[in-house]
Amino acid sequence: MLTCKDFLGELSDYLDETIDAELRAKLERHITECPNCWVIADTTRKTIKIYKGMESCSIPADVESRLMAALEKKIAAKQQK
Amino acid sequence: MKEAAARAGYDGKHRVQMAVSSLTGIDEAELVTQAREGETAAFSELVRRYEGKIFRLAQHVTQNREDAEDVLQETFMKAYEHLDQFKGDSKFYTWIVRIAVNQSLMKLRRRKTDKTVSLDETIDTGEDTVVREVAAWGEDPEQRFSREELGDILGSAIESLEPLYRSVFVLRDVDELSTEETAEVLGLSVPAVKSRLLRARLQLRERLTRFFKRKGDDAFAYM
Ligand SMILES: [Zn+2]
Repeated sequence: MLTCKDFLGELSDYLDETIDAELRAKLERHITECPNCWVIADTTRKTIKIYKGMESCSIPADVESRLMAALEKKIAAKQQK
Repeated sequence: MKEAAARAGYDGKHRVQMAVSSLTGIDEAELVTQAREGETAAFSELVRRYEGKIFRLAQHVTQNREDAEDVLQETFMKAYEHLDQFKGDSKFYTWIVRIAVNQSLMKLRRRKTDKTVSLDETIDTGEDTVVREVAAWGEDPEQRFSREELGDILGSAIESLEPLYRSVFVLRDVDELSTEETAEVLGLSVPAVKSRLLRARLQLRERLTRFFKRKGDDAFAYM
């Protein structure tokens, strides 16, 4: 039988779906019998989902224009060499 | 909207990115080849493709906007300078992420704070993955908060992680790099990435539980 500790050890791979069918079946059996691990798996999955859906990666205009200015300077310096 | 404004402002002052629009569909490897041959527009397109992700990553790791902006500039400067050292056996993006993470960690080391920043390998990666609070969450718990509040909650939860845990989590779960790519970027073994990722996820889960647990369970927890 799988212990809670075993379950936690496999949790990341379980959520990432990178485990084989046999182990997956064991883990799934564990969470049907263990409410704690079910909650941990469920809330960890939600945690990952919330962060994945987090703010887009648009860059502030001022930050971008300073970056471009710095790079342009750098490129100009290199081209002079 | 914002992006268009940025571009307009930028077009007024600079010349380098002119040919960009015709490069947007070109694949990364081709852009890198062109950039190495001195095609400035190709390099600019690479910058434009990844600047947002690099800035976000640097903000997460450094937890400081100014540092993140420095990291952003240093990253692309270094990339430009060392473009000939890029071997092409990994993705260009992985290569610059590696530069960005190193620069970010360096910033953290340099920053003088009373709390010591531990970045070394001595962090215990043992089995004591602690789970202190187990409470179910509501259906879409994030809906209970405004966008801004949610941003603060998620940001401060990440900030509370150790820098290396933070980096692993952001690379794997925000940037969606593979475990192998994350290992390569951070110079860690695959098992080390996995154990840090698990801990980071569990710690974040625990922090978020405070905000997201089901309303009814709240009363229970404090009884
Ligand atoms: Zn269990």
